[in-house]
Amino acid sequence: MNGVAAGLPARSETWPMYRSMVGIGLLCGLLLVGAFQITKPIIERNQAEALARAIFQVLPEAASSKTFALGDDGRFTILEGQPVGQTIVYGGYDATGRLVGVAVEAAGMGYQDTIRLLYGYSAENDAIAGIQVLDSKETPGLGDKIQFDPEFLANFARLDVTLAEDGSRLAHDIVSVRHGQKTEAWQIDAITGATVSSNAIANILNKSATRFVPAIRAHLDDFRETE
Amino acid sequence: MADQPETPPIDELLKGLWRENPVFIHVLGCCPTLAVSNTARNALAMGLATLFVLVGSNAVISSIRKFVPQQVRMASYILVIATFVTIVDYAIQAISLDLYRALGAFIALIVVNCIILGRAEAFASKNTVARSALDGVGMGLGFCLALLCLGVVREVLGYGTLFGVSLFGERYQGWVVMILPSGGFLTFAAWILFANWLRKRGASS
Repeated sequence: MNGVAAGLPARSETWPMYRSMVGIGLLCGLLLVGAFQITKPIIERNQAEALARAIFQVLPEAASSKTFALGDDGRFTILEGQPVGQTIVYGGYDATGRLVGVAVEAAGMGYQDTIRLLYGYSAENDAIAGIQVLDSKETPGLGDKIQFDPEFLANFARLDVTLAEDGSRLAHDIVSVRHGQKTEAWQIDAITGATVSSNAIANILNKSATRFVPAIRAHLDDFRETE
Repeated sequence: MADQPETPPIDELLKGLWRENPVFIHVLGCCPTLAVSNTARNALAMGLATLFVLVGSNAVISSIRKFVPQQVRMASYILVIATFVTIVDYAIQAISLDLYRALGAFIALIVVNCIILGRAEAFASKNTVARSALDGVGMGLGFCLALLCLGVVREVLGYGTLFGVSLFGERYQGWVVMILPSGGFLTFAAWILFANWLRKRGASS
């Protein structure tokens, strides 16, 4: 092997490279498709279960749930099959089939990354009945307390979202206040050391509730008719 | 088939645990070691995921070492490693979504964990399948052990819990810095110090 062969590899030298790369690539591809096919139904089931758990968490009285899509006309219709780009909310019903509340997903910027959460709206109480953080990357030990700190989560057991008289917006914006200074039912008592994350939760809830609470309130029958 | 001087096979397994521990002695794979060791559970999960990838890729790379031309060996290794990492990624999603969220991007980053490519290049490409698999198990367990060492210390000090079980009762005020990245560096430094002291003492006696 010298001279010409070194500068311009002969076919016999490149062939093993192609052969091994393509061969390994194909085999790996097959393995990946196999792994994907096996785990896909399990992963989907896990995600559905996690969502169902979250719905029952934010609507403690609910025993079953139905998925609704928000149409262009502002009305909610039961969604069959997989959602494709529609806005989705979940109706929660107790054992007798009575509507106990509507669970809505909301998202917004936190301290480090987007926080996604689910909250339950109870029309009977004009209040948020619970929240569950679905996805967040808040600082461990500080901001991540928004997910499990019992004192903080107690804020959302009955967070007032009464509508203004014309029914188009909230009577009071949801705001977070410094720890220990909560005086009104629409205020959130922030976590010490996690002010930004607490504010983020308040902003996410306020923005989403301003949009959804009037919409849900105006068409409560959409959820009841399906009983 | 032995391409290297013969050592007892069990030695390939044991060397990774301490004598050639990938984290404490070789100081490889520091990125996941620092990032995913904030709780013992995360550390164990990350360690096991890496162990699986290491054993799988070592075995496969060893079995194809005679067919793969020198020029494309790195590309082939990375392909094999990436395949195993993706399988682990799916598997963890199927096992627990919570765990998947906790480990975050670090599962995908196992691909570039230098322990794995290091073992592929330094060991699996020169040794039999059985020995390479054993080497993978040993190195993987060593990595697991190192992550657990960090994870246990950081979780106990930072949260006052071990594997989620409360140790000191409700009144314990967590040492937040231990859960943050800086706590990872502090704990890592302390363990390296300890490992070096142990090694020095072993060498002098």
